[in-house]
Amino acid sequence: MVAKKNDNSSGIIGILDLQGGVHEHLDHLHRLGIAGRKVKQAADFDNLAGLIIPGGESSCIFRLLNIFEIKNPLLAACRQGMKIWGTCAGAILLAKKVVGENACLGLIDIEVERNSFGSQLDSFKSEARIPEVDADSIPLTFIRAPKILNAGSTVKVLLKIGDYIAAAENDNILVTIFHPELTASTAFHRYFAAKCKVSCRINTESRADEGWNYCSWTRHARIA
Amino acid sequence: MDATRHELNIQLAQMLKGGVIMDVTNVEQAKIAEEAGAVAVMALERVPADIRKQGGVARMSDPAMIAEIKKAVSIPVMAKARIGHFAEAQLLEALRIDYIDESEVLTPADEECHIDKTKFSIPFVCGARNLGEALRRIAEGAAMIRTKGEAGTGNVVEAVRHMRTMNREIRELIRMPVEEVTGFAKTNGLPYELALKVRELGRLPVVNFAAGGIATPADAALMMQLGCDGIFVGSGIFKSANPGVRARAIVKATAYFNDPQKVLEASMGLGEAMPGLEISQIPPEQRLAGRGW
Repeated sequence: MVAKKNDNSSGIIGILDLQGGVHEHLDHLHRLGIAGRKVKQAADFDNLAGLIIPGGESSCIFRLLNIFEIKNPLLAACRQGMKIWGTCAGAILLAKKVVGENACLGLIDIEVERNSFGSQLDSFKSEARIPEVDADSIPLTFIRAPKILNAGSTVKVLLKIGDYIAAAENDNILVTIFHPELTASTAFHRYFAAKCKVSCRINTESRADEGWNYCSWTRHARIA
Repeated sequence: MDATRHELNIQLAQMLKGGVIMDVTNVEQAKIAEEAGAVAVMALERVPADIRKQGGVARMSDPAMIAEIKKAVSIPVMAKARIGHFAEAQLLEALRIDYIDESEVLTPADEECHIDKTKFSIPFVCGARNLGEALRRIAEGAAMIRTKGEAGTGNVVEAVRHMRTMNREIRELIRMPVEEVTGFAKTNGLPYELALKVRELGRLPVVNFAAGGIATPADAALMMQLGCDGIFVGSGIFKSANPGVRARAIVKATAYFNDPQKVLEASMGLGEAMPGLEISQIPPEQRLAGRGW
């Protein structure tokens, strides 16, 4: 395969569209005036400034990444400067180590444990201050979340809660075990856009977009 | 249930979008399903095709068997309670599984009332044949909807009918002037506030999966193209000749539902599908979709 020269200044952020919370991320990008693109084929990686790997079931996305040979174009685009953000399942797929399982992409030196809090009855919401990301407190939604157990020296920890890490990054990769796309806050999407050097055409100063509610994603999946 | 919990439950279903939920009856099948890329498993003692064949009263599965499956996989585990059987649902909640299916596949325990799902912290998925049925279940607290289809038949025709009916009713609702919504809601048994919500959103406010009769990758692609958010496969996998291969193929076809070339690749060499049943050959009293209202 001939490696294409990637133009990361396209201003487009892709969302890996194999399974999971694709519409929710697309909706947040639209709120910031960022062009989003669903990524499903090798050619969809062309000229992406960044890629979001959404929440979903990591074992399912893992399988689909391999069988349709999306993995190699993804890794190639990453080498050429495409930044990647993984939420929940996405964070698991990006990790170098997964407790009891094979790692998938291994792009950030963290060890994660899948489904580390228990069943759906243990899913929860909270909030935290993350000064690097936003001046205000950020709402956090954890759904059957993994935990980041430890991180190597190349990794900067953005949020630690008790004995686990909830958000971290290295130069190219951002991981969060919670779901900013399931809250009214666009702070993390703005933060990732800045990491990709993509400018937001709509600048929401407030931490919460008051137009958001838990049905907002449905506008990307209307029947009629 | 508080609003936060309900929102988390709806959001878990959102994370299952584009995925396949598979019926499994033991640990070995659960592992095959997980390995094949299922986004969740439905733990039950008998798949619908066997329930149909064996007859008798179908109840909630042995909790010990559900617990074993829960221990064996890291993906979400669902299990079925009988329609209206809130005590079975209480046991499943105490067992701390991830989702309850209040299902017409089991023999209903109550012919008047479905479970008041707002009393629970655990999420529920419920079957529906039309928009009214879907919205009544949502009003009762369901966090996810699926078509009823006709389970255990390997015949997709009823699932198609239910999805087309729902879509047609949503389109009607959107086109009508708002003053006609009251009458439409009355005629079709729609909770009024939810009817207005659907009119605004142009779809159900929660995730809607296809279920009942899906047996091939093409069946999955068909239902996804009709607007379903994901797929349940009951008997279709473990009643087929080669379950692991078929499970993987249906996962692929669901992810790439609008790419005929990829669905074609997924459909090659799967071996025999489950034996199918013509709906007209099933006596009306043995049709499962008519259970519940």
